[in-house]
Amino acid sequence: MILQTLINDSICAASANVFSTMLGQELARGETSLEAGTPEPNDGVVSFIGIAGAWAGTGSISCSPNLACRICSQMLMTDVSAVDAEVLDAVAELTNMIIGGVKTDLEQHLGPLGLSIPTVVYGRNFKTKSAGQHEWIVVNFLWDSEPLTVKFCLAPQDRTLVHHAINHTAETHPYTIEVSTLMENSCHQQ
Amino acid sequence: MSVFDDEYVVRGRMDSNVLVVDDSAAIRKILQRVLRQTGMAIGAIHEAGDGQEALAVIGQHPVNLVLTDINMPKMDGLQLLASLKASQQFRAVPVVMITTEGGEAKVSEAVRLGAAGYVRKPFTADQIKEKLTGILAPELPL
Repeated sequence: MILQTLINDSICAASANVFSTMLGQELARGETSLEAGTPEPNDGVVSFIGIAGAWAGTGSISCSPNLACRICSQMLMTDVSAVDAEVLDAVAELTNMIIGGVKTDLEQHLGPLGLSIPTVVYGRNFKTKSAGQHEWIVVNFLWDSEPLTVKFCLAPQDRTLVHHAINHTAETHPYTIEVSTLMENSCHQQ
Repeated sequence: MSVFDDEYVVRGRMDSNVLVVDDSAAIRKILQRVLRQTGMAIGAIHEAGDGQEALAVIGQHPVNLVLTDINMPKMDGLQLLASLKASQQFRAVPVVMITTEGGEAKVSEAVRLGAAGYVRKPFTADQIKEKLTGILAPELPL
């Protein structure tokens, strides 16, 4: 199976599963596309998780502040009207479960992979960029007409880095560090 | 502390105290709700955000069950499991892993270290209840 197809199918299955199980909601699938590494300005809530191993990359989920609040409200069965630590935590965990599901699917084909702890950013007109020139698979979903976007990029590591990457903890994965550094520099908190 | 102290005996019957370990406050909150919904005899539910914090909590509060995530800062769930199983005092406390890590390697490692069960996120209340049946006693009628 082509890796892009596998990733796309896995994102769709994992996202639908997490939404139905944890939120009791159906997620409508939109278009899938490929996106170059050139960063576009973001608004709202973006959550990232690094993938480490012989193959490495990043998974991300982005949505509007309003949708982030709805996700938190539905997940925790509580009323939330503004983005706060609880909302960011809920989006981080949603990302963890969706990207974790994709990672588990991919491990059957690519071998063991590590998963970092998620990083969540909330702001306006900020850019993020991972190291490398890899394309992102972008899958768009709709929840009651509100867009939610899942992105994933993955590439084989340099041969000389494979052994090192497998024995490295996910937290120190270079993609994660790079993303975190850039976000600190370019995120304008509301 | 004896088993007749308040932390053990709630509403006149033996309840199980649970320690929920996850770096996500959202998941800790969800698991608390799910545990209360299972109908099992659950007493105090303690929380910890990582393995180190969990060891501190379990040293202060007696628990009958630990539910833990794997990927956490400071000390992960597998390290916590290994620490508990290496401890004379806590090795009998059952530990159930609740995690997004579904790969065979992680599951095998958890089983090798002595995990009593393994639940993959996302989870339903029924999955948690099914896994805990046999580990915790079902709730007795009042």
